[in-house]
Amino acid sequence: MSVEATIGGTSVVAAEPASNLRGREVRARIMSVVLFLGTIVALVALGVLLWTVIARGWDWIRPGLFTDPPSRRPENSGVGPAILGTFYVILLTAAFAFPVGILGAIYLEEYAPQNWWTRLLRINISNLAGVPSIVYGLLGLGIFVEFFGFGRSLIAGGLALGLLILPIVIIASQEALRAVPPSLREAGYGLGATKWQVTRSHVLPAAMPGILTGTILALSTGIGETAPLLVTGAASFLTSNPDSIFDRYSVLPVLIYGWSSRPQAEFQELAAAAIMIMLAVLLVLNLTAIVLRRRVSRRLRW
Amino acid sequence: MTAVSFRARTIATWAMALALLMTMSAPLALAAGAQEASPETDLAGLEGEISYDGSSTVGPITEAVAEEFNAEAENVEVAGDISGTGGGFERFCAGETDIQNASREIAEDETAACAENGVDYYVFEIAYDGITVVVNEANTDVTCLTVDEIASLWRAEEPAQTFADVNPNLPDETVNLYGPGEASGTFDFFNEAVLGEGDPREDYTPSEDDNVIVEAVGGDENGLGYFGYAYYAENEDTLNAVEIDSGNGCVAPSSETIRDGSYAPLSRPLYLYVKAESMERPEVQEFARFYIANAGTLAEEIGFVASPDAVYAEDAAKVESAVAGEAEPDGPAGEATPEA
Repeated sequence: MSVEATIGGTSVVAAEPASNLRGREVRARIMSVVLFLGTIVALVALGVLLWTVIARGWDWIRPGLFTDPPSRRPENSGVGPAILGTFYVILLTAAFAFPVGILGAIYLEEYAPQNWWTRLLRINISNLAGVPSIVYGLLGLGIFVEFFGFGRSLIAGGLALGLLILPIVIIASQEALRAVPPSLREAGYGLGATKWQVTRSHVLPAAMPGILTGTILALSTGIGETAPLLVTGAASFLTSNPDSIFDRYSVLPVLIYGWSSRPQAEFQELAAAAIMIMLAVLLVLNLTAIVLRRRVSRRLRW
Repeated sequence: MTAVSFRARTIATWAMALALLMTMSAPLALAAGAQEASPETDLAGLEGEISYDGSSTVGPITEAVAEEFNAEAENVEVAGDISGTGGGFERFCAGETDIQNASREIAEDETAACAENGVDYYVFEIAYDGITVVVNEANTDVTCLTVDEIASLWRAEEPAQTFADVNPNLPDETVNLYGPGEASGTFDFFNEAVLGEGDPREDYTPSEDDNVIVEAVGGDENGLGYFGYAYYAENEDTLNAVEIDSGNGCVAPSSETIRDGSYAPLSRPLYLYVKAESMERPEVQEFARFYIANAGTLAEEIGFVASPDAVYAEDAAKVESAVAGEAEPDGPAGEATPEA
């Protein structure tokens, strides 16, 4: 019908491409606005969050906040033991998840035969990455706190978080290893190097930037987790700093949760200040990831 | 590039990362070490670790006591958790904690668990709290409710849906209810005081965080909820407290009415349960002494009501005879009911 009409009247034929063009231009403009809105929604949400946190917590930032233990008087309260506990937990988690994760990834990428068993392992590791964090907490409670008898301690919390991020570290490391060109390996084999020599001296260094980035990003997700740490011994109130890995500890997310449920508005503002510190810790971690990545990759020349 | 030089550089990079982390944590450790200015007392020589868990209502009082205690006994580590009264008793009766904060008395099944695991304990009353029933500040119609009227709102069987269902003189508006969840001692105490044996209704909005209830009722003109008095005292600008009539006229919650018990039946004592076995350790003995001596002042400072002096005197006497090894534990075998 419309085709006949177009052929019938010359004016219609002339008008058709023009209106079509305008329509497409309008649609293109609408889409660019929609896409922009999509970006903005995430940014606005982040901006509003940051603004409310900073507006509420800014006045509470003082030197003592970083070193003092928590107190019943908000003006004397600090996050000292919690900040230290958070760093120790990160260190322990990294010390466990980084080497174990790389070993697992090297096996799966470089050594494992390509058969159904390896595929099953891979699928299961991906699944493990999606298991809710409280499950890892209960696992940690059962294995580290009770079975190994570590009690509610730094080491139990660090290892539980390590288990939580291990699948993510393995997957990220696998991706990084896979991205190393096969020609590099073939050149090594061509010179008579063994598989381990090739992996250690060529493949692993080349994959290191990716592995580091993946691990540190996994760590920064890990330290935001409250659930696994709550059940493995993060205390909501602690006046002293932990002095061994078998000591009780406190972490920022748990402290923030405790303060935000207090009746006094001052404590809720203090919680906002603690959130700012938490965000700063995350920022430092992510910056470390970027710096490490740049340093390591700048030295790579093939 | 050769493998050797690469390895050297990798090590250098890692050393840098480690140095970065250490420089971040070093000033903290230094500052934490520097703040210890020790007043010379007999407490300073004490060492050990004390753990507690339990009520989120009592938690802040114990934290305040621990803070003051630590100022003197700086080598005693006090580590606390807040799992709710019920969650705390589970750990206490498993023998995991030394001290249990409770916003209600121990329940029968919990006593049984304690008995099964051989956990004997002493009970101390440490302060008073008044559960406050609140409505939105714009709600000027609901100023006073009888206990029966409150019960008609919260019971499971044919509960009131509108304010008019509660009392025909009130507006015909649907009531939106907010309250603590099941793990809370406040929930248990409120239901027992208002409903007795009856079941509480389940179609209300529960939250374990009392501030959520504060926000909800503060933003809902037809909202009604309940929580500890301290949460009302901090939010008087958005909430109205409902006066309670238990047969002797309307009584508003305040420090005075909660202390003298005229704010009935929602005045409640708060308790500290101490494991008898832990009471043999010097750091726990000193902590208990210190707690009883300072509970009244610190509780008032945080927004609770101090118990009468006679109660603290009785508590202190109990601590002394327990330390001397003369007092029988209060439970689970003996009578578990402290003087209310």
